Amino acid sequence: MSTAAAPAPSPAAFELPHVQPGRSLWQDAWARLRRNRLAILCGGLLVAIVLFCFLGPWLTGWNPTETNLALKATPPGTVEIRPDGSGGKHWMGTDPLGRDILTRIMRGGQVSLMVGLVATGVALLIGVGYGATAGYLGGRWDMGMMRFVDVLYALPFMIFVILLTTMFGKSMLLIFLAIGAVEWLTMARIVRAQVQVLVRQEFVEAARSLGLSTPAILIRHIIPNVLGPVIVYSTLTVPAVMLLEAALSFLGLGVQPPDSSWGTLINDGAENLETSPWLLLYPAAFFSATLFCLNFVGDGLRDALDVRASKD
Amino acid sequence: MTKLRTLLPRLCLLLLTGALLASCGGDPISAKEGAEKKIFLVNLATEARYLDLQRCNSVTEHHIMLSLYQGLVCENRNTDTDVEPGMAESWEASADKSVWTFRIRKDAKWSDGVPFTAHDFVWSWRRMLRKDLGAQYSEMLFMLNNGKELYDGKVKEEELGVRAVDEHMLEVTLVGPTPYFPLLACHTSWWPVPRHVIEKYGAICDVMNPWTDEDKLVGNGPFKMKKYLFRQYIQVERNPVYWDAANVKLDGVRFYSIESADVEERLFRRGQLHATYSTPLSKIPDYLKNHPDVARNYTNCASWYFRINTTRGALKDVRVRRALAFALDRSSIIDNVLRARQLPAGGMVPPMKGYTQVKEFSLNLPEARRLLAEAGFPDGKGFPEYNILISKNETARQLAEAVQAMWQKNLGISVGISQQDFTVYLTSQQNLDYDLSWAGWNADYYDPATFIDMWMTDGGNNNTGWSNKEFDQRLADARQCADAAKRLSILTEAEKILMREAPVLPVYFGSRTRLIHPAVKEWQVRLMDNRLWQFMDLQYPPPPSSMDAGLNRN
Amino acid sequence: MLRFTLYRLAQALGVILVVFTITFFLIRLTPGDPFAGEKAMPPDVRRVMEERYGLNKPLITQYFTTLGSYLRGDFQPSMKYQGMWNVKIIKDAFPISLAIGSCALVIALGLGLPAGIIAAVKKNTWMDYGFMSLALIGICLPTFVMGPMLIMTFGLKWRVFNVAGWFEKTDWVLPSLTMGLIYAAYIARLTRGGMLEVLNQDFIRTARAKGVPGSRIVMVHALRGGLLPVVAFLGPALAGITTGSFIIEKIFNLPGLGQHFVSSVFNRDYSLILATVVLLATLLVVTNFLTDVLVAWLNPKVRLS
Repeated sequence: MSTAAAPAPSPAAFELPHVQPGRSLWQDAWARLRRNRLAILCGGLLVAIVLFCFLGPWLTGWNPTETNLALKATPPGTVEIRPDGSGGKHWMGTDPLGRDILTRIMRGGQVSLMVGLVATGVALLIGVGYGATAGYLGGRWDMGMMRFVDVLYALPFMIFVILLTTMFGKSMLLIFLAIGAVEWLTMARIVRAQVQVLVRQEFVEAARSLGLSTPAILIRHIIPNVLGPVIVYSTLTVPAVMLLEAALSFLGLGVQPPDSSWGTLINDGAENLETSPWLLLYPAAFFSATLFCLNFVGDGLRDALDVRASKD
Repeated sequence: MTKLRTLLPRLCLLLLTGALLASCGGDPISAKEGAEKKIFLVNLATEARYLDLQRCNSVTEHHIMLSLYQGLVCENRNTDTDVEPGMAESWEASADKSVWTFRIRKDAKWSDGVPFTAHDFVWSWRRMLRKDLGAQYSEMLFMLNNGKELYDGKVKEEELGVRAVDEHMLEVTLVGPTPYFPLLACHTSWWPVPRHVIEKYGAICDVMNPWTDEDKLVGNGPFKMKKYLFRQYIQVERNPVYWDAANVKLDGVRFYSIESADVEERLFRRGQLHATYSTPLSKIPDYLKNHPDVARNYTNCASWYFRINTTRGALKDVRVRRALAFALDRSSIIDNVLRARQLPAGGMVPPMKGYTQVKEFSLNLPEARRLLAEAGFPDGKGFPEYNILISKNETARQLAEAVQAMWQKNLGISVGISQQDFTVYLTSQQNLDYDLSWAGWNADYYDPATFIDMWMTDGGNNNTGWSNKEFDQRLADARQCADAAKRLSILTEAEKILMREAPVLPVYFGSRTRLIHPAVKEWQVRLMDNRLWQFMDLQYPPPPSSMDAGLNRN
Repeated sequence: MLRFTLYRLAQALGVILVVFTITFFLIRLTPGDPFAGEKAMPPDVRRVMEERYGLNKPLITQYFTTLGSYLRGDFQPSMKYQGMWNVKIIKDAFPISLAIGSCALVIALGLGLPAGIIAAVKKNTWMDYGFMSLALIGICLPTFVMGPMLIMTFGLKWRVFNVAGWFEKTDWVLPSLTMGLIYAAYIARLTRGGMLEVLNQDFIRTARAKGVPGSRIVMVHALRGGLLPVVAFLGPALAGITTGSFIIEKIFNLPGLGQHFVSSVFNRDYSLILATVVLLATLLVVTNFLTDVLVAWLNPKVRLS
């Protein structure tokens, strides 16, 4: 077999004597990721944002839900001194009810980061597992599974949300469930399309002829090979999920006032776009910074996990 | 693969041409052009659900119908409390004000030229009282003698208290003395519909009867239907056979159905509207301060309040309800959150001519805290966490958040906010599946009863579980009282009972801030906020305004 | 191919029937009904209404009656906009969404594909970072921010376009742009990811080693595999694009179909919900079928079974 015709190697193919034994795909990947300075920088920044959101509210000294109607929608840098002498600066201004934007962004970040990551995680797990299975099994199984996806796509999501809220009331858990339940569909389609191609490749047939079980082939040979598009689509899912959370909060699912999330803050900001632009600017900046970082970390991860590129 | 390279651009081209060929809607008119052609461009904010006059029940439909139809009398152009002649040129009442005779104009015609007679009213009112029409306001006609009986199928149509003495004389017999009948007759439910058109196109009560299509609709108002573009606009044009056509100044009105306040404000700034329906909450202060010539602010006949579910735990206690009401700083809410010069509401009924308002509630913290302590929750300790129910609405959310903070600070109690989709919100209220809910009520007609009747025991809009025999009795007394002044004082007593018991926490009386183009001549400020299109006019060229020149672009 | 198409057609009908059935029962479970209003409807009137639309009958009877009329091609009248047929509502609105969606698709593909391909080929250069940052901005700017910003710039400041409405031939530009830019961002990211997967594969190296020109490698060999994620994404996205977006139609005040999907649910317009959902299901099975064919065409190894 010439090199030219060699099948795309599976991670297993690397477990050859000349590679240090026991060094898994993930260890390899980590080593490569560490060399990617942009990804590491963005990863660091992401950690910083997370810490900032979770620890920040104690540092700003403001209560994110305490209103002060005398200070409605004041621009960044406004100083508030309370009658009792306490107070300080509103670094990013206040919202129409006089609440500190910075603190609200931090509290909102807690919700949004959690929703973004957990719901995307849910979508990822279901989508990859489902798509890979459908693509690998093919035939009738694939047909049945994908038609099920078609059905879910067409069902009116909003009715489902309204039903959920009326049956279970407000709960954070529901939002992961509801969002995860829709976001996995496209993921499954993307994974399936890739797997359909992989399945016909020789290394999979080799693994199959070696007698590996289906789950083993899926997990060890197929899924690692589709991680690239999966990571890219996951990083696209995070912002979609965060914004979806805001849309759902108006239906009673997700954060309820006076609490905030980045999505609801951006929504409110958009309403005040012309009169008080900072209401949009700062939450959007945090939102975007997080997504930029996530994307570059995602790209780094993708490169690191790209088993083929590693041959260079 | 080369195929893909040529295929993609081709596909793109195909899609683009397809898109460009798709026809756009009606023709655009700028505010300036509109002024020149005397076509008034106004936004009504929602789509009309019905164009069948007698099925109408929304404000939007009412505004459109005001251009297409006319009743016996119409609202006075100068005041809310009087009427002026419409289809009837004159009228008189019997001594006890229970039998009314209207003289219909001899020159009156339907917009298709068919003569208009007293029989049209008789037929229309009989149709209005057919149950299978499914008209929401049929009840309005129950004050006709045998009205309710006809509706329930107990008497024949001929026994209804309305009779055409001859072609131009209408005799109306009411169940009791009703001195303010002409005012009531301004409501759409009393207006006539064209029998000859309805019967021509289908069954009288069939909702799919196409007689309201743009090419078939016939009315008797100052304007007639020209174009109906679903979810874009309805345009009406001058009706040349209208009895007073010579004095109608506009040549047409275009009613848009733009739902978003932001969108209509942008259209206004771009010079595409003469009158908006509202102004975005965030921009009201700026408009009121810097463009007072454009932003018209006036109170409208609407009351905003919290309903309280009086069947729930601590909310059963009237002291708790009153404590909540006394702990609201209404002026602060208006000045800081709503910012559109609403009026603080101490009672349920907004200021109305001749009516003595009840001003029960204002900010009174010692009283609020005393009441709460008396009810067993000193400083709010042990008070259960209740939720304020709102539907998706920016103003409601901000207000609820402000109230939430206020109760926390003033009474030490914490309440949550729960948002629901509008229909779920309505259902929750109806099923008493809420604690407190934010709601508003627009007057159906210019009378305090419209704000008080709804709270009677088992009223369809009560939704608080509250019931009070004394209150119900007052309402019944008022209904039978022929003396207008006495009736109003009975209603005041009823409102006092309502406020003493506080199943409802009044917060403010509504105002409306509209953006009005400088070309608009005399925008009538009316409590009911109805527009009498036949008296309106546009000025060309439009005078300059404090806004930039965009308003008058071509 | 013919057998495959027929087979898929049968499946499509199955999908539509399942969607129809689930939707029918799901909406009846949600609180409220088409006649809910701020002012309660008098009980007598409500009874007339329920009778008019057959809502007083047992649910299962209603289901079969509705199914029967759908099979006869009668999509029933709307319950909210009384006197309107659902077919007319959809017929009026769909072309508008389709027009705007088509333009958006052209913009999305026209910007997204080249950007993604260039970024992948010039990986880790300023071109890559530049295009991907632009794409990220597109993803970070939600429609309800992007739309008003475009309106304020092109509509109010420069006065090139109308700020809203569906009147002039140029009124499709801003909505299509708003919609297209966001999809372009998605497509660019997916294309780049997909291309990178392929560019490292051995057959590309081989082709390169054999001296096949770089542009040909990219356009002919790499694009085939590289487009897979995009195509998989486009299947459902196409159905979404052509049926319009609620937010975009609201911002630009367009009488398109997107609003009906949302407002019919809010209005509990049982019959209109059903009609729009059946339409969406039909479109979805069609676009998903087309993209499956496209996947097979891009990768001859994938057999259509």
